[in-house]
Amino acid sequence: MVTPLLVWIAFFIPLAACVIITLCALKSKSLSSFLAIAAILTSFICTLLIAVQIFNTHPLVEYQQSLPWIQFDSLTVSWGFLVNPLSVLMLLIVTGVGSAIFIYSKGYMANDPASPRFFAFLSLFAFSMIGIVLANNLIELFICWELVGLSSYLLIGFWHEKPSAADAGVKAFMVNRLADFGFLCGILLLWGLSDMGAGKSFELTRLASVVPYINPHLLQIVALLFFCGVMGKSAQVPLHVWLPDAMEGPTPVSALIHAATMVAAGVYLLARMFFIFEPSPGALAAVAYIGGLTALMAATLAVVENDIKRILAYSTLSQLGLMVMALGLGGPIQGMYHLTTHAFFKALLFLSAGSVIYALHHEQNIWNMKGLLKKMPITGGTFLIGALALCGIFPLSGFWSKDEILSLAYAHNTLLYLTASLASGLTSFYMGRLFWVAFWGKPYSADHSHESPLVMTIPLIFLAILSIVGGFIGIPHFLDHQDHPSPNILIALVSSFIAVLGLGLSYRLYSKRPVVDPLETHWKTIYGILKNKYYFDTVYSWYVDCIQQKLATILSRFEKIYIDYYCVVGLKNTTKASGRVLRYLQTGLVQFYALIFVLGAVFIFLLLAKSL
Amino acid sequence: MILPDLSWILLIPLLGLGTLCVIPPDNISLIRRVSGIAVFLPFLLSIWFFTSYDPVRGGFQFIEKIPWVVPLGISYHLGIDGINSLLVLLLGIVSLTAVLISKPVTERVKEYHILLLTVIIGTYGAFLSLDIFFFYFFHEVAAIPVFLMIAIWGSDRREHAAMKLTLYLTLGASLSLIGLIALYHATGQNSFDLIQTQQYLALHPLPIEVQYWIFPLIVMGFGITLTLWPFYTWAPEGYAAAPTAVSMLHAGVLKKMGAYAIIRFGIQLMPQAAHVWMPIIAVLAVFNIIFCGLVALTQRDLKYIFGYSSCSHMGYILLGLACFNTISLNGVVFFMFAHGVMVALAFALIGFVFHQTHTRDLDKLGGMSQRMPFIAACFMMAALASAGVPGFANFVAEIMVLLGSWDQFRLPAVLAVLGLVITAIYMLKTIRLGFHGPLKPQWAQLTDAQTPLAKLPYVLLLAVLILVGCWPSFLIRHIGSTTNMIVASMHNSEQ
Repeated sequence: MVTPLLVWIAFFIPLAACVIITLCALKSKSLSSFLAIAAILTSFICTLLIAVQIFNTHPLVEYQQSLPWIQFDSLTVSWGFLVNPLSVLMLLIVTGVGSAIFIYSKGYMANDPASPRFFAFLSLFAFSMIGIVLANNLIELFICWELVGLSSYLLIGFWHEKPSAADAGVKAFMVNRLADFGFLCGILLLWGLSDMGAGKSFELTRLASVVPYINPHLLQIVALLFFCGVMGKSAQVPLHVWLPDAMEGPTPVSALIHAATMVAAGVYLLARMFFIFEPSPGALAAVAYIGGLTALMAATLAVVENDIKRILAYSTLSQLGLMVMALGLGGPIQGMYHLTTHAFFKALLFLSAGSVIYALHHEQNIWNMKGLLKKMPITGGTFLIGALALCGIFPLSGFWSKDEILSLAYAHNTLLYLTASLASGLTSFYMGRLFWVAFWGKPYSADHSHESPLVMTIPLIFLAILSIVGGFIGIPHFLDHQDHPSPNILIALVSSFIAVLGLGLSYRLYSKRPVVDPLETHWKTIYGILKNKYYFDTVYSWYVDCIQQKLATILSRFEKIYIDYYCVVGLKNTTKASGRVLRYLQTGLVQFYALIFVLGAVFIFLLLAKSL
Repeated sequence: MILPDLSWILLIPLLGLGTLCVIPPDNISLIRRVSGIAVFLPFLLSIWFFTSYDPVRGGFQFIEKIPWVVPLGISYHLGIDGINSLLVLLLGIVSLTAVLISKPVTERVKEYHILLLTVIIGTYGAFLSLDIFFFYFFHEVAAIPVFLMIAIWGSDRREHAAMKLTLYLTLGASLSLIGLIALYHATGQNSFDLIQTQQYLALHPLPIEVQYWIFPLIVMGFGITLTLWPFYTWAPEGYAAAPTAVSMLHAGVLKKMGAYAIIRFGIQLMPQAAHVWMPIIAVLAVFNIIFCGLVALTQRDLKYIFGYSSCSHMGYILLGLACFNTISLNGVVFFMFAHGVMVALAFALIGFVFHQTHTRDLDKLGGMSQRMPFIAACFMMAALASAGVPGFANFVAEIMVLLGSWDQFRLPAVLAVLGLVITAIYMLKTIRLGFHGPLKPQWAQLTDAQTPLAKLPYVLLLAVLILVGCWPSFLIRHIGSTTNMIVASMHNSEQ
């Protein structure tokens, strides 16, 4: 049994924190951070209790409860929750990793005068993210989906006086809006199709029960439209361009929103709505290939990046691609498994990077860092754990979840298996490059950086522990209560070999700290293409400037010339012309008036005569 | 307990107007106080009437009727139902804030407030009247002072803008007048009484050939007020030139009178003709949404941006009107309210910025949120509300219109969803260029709204937007009680 009250508390307490901070605590740093942290911790504790309750329930069941929000005759939109192992797992990630990041933020943002605003936004984000996880109907889901986008916009542009940060926020919001155009159309279409005698519905459980009766072609369109939304939030090619720019936000934001939770919301949505994808093989194939393409492309881009946060951002893209690919290959369990472990180690990597950036006074270029492992042992050590987990080194968490995805790909699609393996190899290579350049070797002597305060290192250690043990706590079992076979030894060996190969190659190239990146000197053409990010941004800005803005200008000119001119001037001329015509009647000649008078009298006389 | 009459909503500002006429023009603080009271009491009354309207009983309530010109069937006849009670509430809120933000006006204060009160009385009268003659009369009472106010207290190109606005609106008014008179004669009941006409026409609908010609006159006439494409160009220019309070009232409330009249006189009285004409309206609605939205992309003046955006948003109202179901009709009425509050807030904030900077050009502004964080935060929320971000009333309205139109006009509905993307683009661009980024040195001396009284109008409007956005069922209960009846009668007429 699940206690509904616990779910409601977990759901709404971050919102309460956000409202209270906005209304009363915008001036007080300590109060605002206390409120936000207390709220997310409460939410986390409630989630733990819910998890225990749901884990002890056999057989698997779903619980839902809803309150009416908009209701009149045929339309019912409610506000509710649907709890099942999938949503509880996601909720654990959101509130658990969230708690660690909230606490870390207290240290990271301590010197920022606007930190109360930061915590208010962060709480708003937590609320909307929990909403995505729990929502039991599509409108509620869409509302929270949009609110997540809003809080992401606010947090990326948190330092809005910086033009690059403000631009990045706008870019993120616009790309997501564009994707949500498809998503909203998908919701409307599915709603329109859901009428099977008992009225239309937005409720997930109802939709799941009517899906088998829907025309498969239309369902395929619905699935693709939903995937549109996923491509925006989870930053899949070609809508990935906002995520690297989003690194302009404060680092805890990058960790929470742009690595662990929000960008994973798309993958979660795929898993939650898997019932509409399952019967549409075409849509699934599209999902799988776009995921694979993203995984590979982003991994290549990470290889030439020099900004520590952007390297991690591309790595996030690449891993999200793997998860989406897993979903596309029909493996929601595998995708969610990797989502979970990725949340642990990617949040860890970002927070460690944040700790470095904090210590180096906002230095982000890895070529200006050196030997950080000696200077900052805790940060460096936890970063290493995160990096190894990301590379999929046995027995860290990443190894297990990545192995599941690779086995799945191996079983279904060789091309995607090769793509994913290549992406993994590249992952090891760029993580190795980052590690050798920034953390290895002797520190700069003039460098006075030192370890960050406890409030920042304790969350690091917590996440490091999760990244180590994440593979052993039975996450797939939690999801479907079934026994999972031990990993395929052959695939595990091959993937481990690839990972070590990547690390070794990067060691050879970078451990001696060359002054110039050897890739730049030896592979000029490819390096150039990669540096320009495959020209996606160029194409988009060409589109905005040369098509969208041109079209708008043409329309506005059309309006000025035709609508305005012909309406206004046309009206004026008609008035003038009629005045000119009527003027002829006023001649000033008495004879003319007398003539008119006589004609009029005759006319009236004739009329009278006719009627008589 | 003595229940107040609806007439008090008209009488109190009228008394205020009379008092203003005898106050010496140099006693500015007294003038402001009187005018404040003259809109504050109707504001309270509008809340009272809204909350005490009984949606379960439905129909028109608080009816007052005094026969006036008996041979022609004209009478002074007031009453509210689920639709106009909401619009009266909207006017109550917007008129109060419009008077509160009029403090920076220092030129001819007495005349300014007299004219402003006249606009407000006219608008209240038009919404409350259940007599077609009086509706039209009050509609004109509200329209004429707008011309004077733009011409006297306006900003750039005010004579031209005032002229253009008035010409367009007069054209619209005369078309709709022809339509209304034709309707009066065609009905042949010798009565301007709305309820009576409604009941009569429900049982004896006009011949379709007659409806077919009267309906477009009414829709086009009032459509011009509602900035129906392509008759919208008066709006951005007029709002840009008008003093802040007039922009707020006109874009926020007066414009909605067009939609209100189309529901009351067009759809409700001539449902068969509506069926014939509405697909065309749906297409024009899409032009409104997309065309005006794209034109808004090219604008650099804050007021022009919101002017075009409000033309674009009227497309959603038109699209909703074109569908005959309760969902979209509820959405339309909800939209009128939400958009009215949002646009009033936006114009009020633009007025605040303009008063200090004397420019509304996005290229000259920049980084304002560093000097005026409160105003910038409010502006951001207004812009995001207009872009349809959930949590604000506008989202609920848009989603209802989209749901209502989805099955009826599939392609227009998809394009309307695209309109949300366009709105987001220009709204975010506006925030980015005007309020974010580095602060320009010439704006280092600007000040934020500081006293609680200075913040009150913005907080009030924002609170309404958020409250209604989070708890829409309160309004929907009222609206639904009336729209259900309208739709039911329309479906009866089909059979």
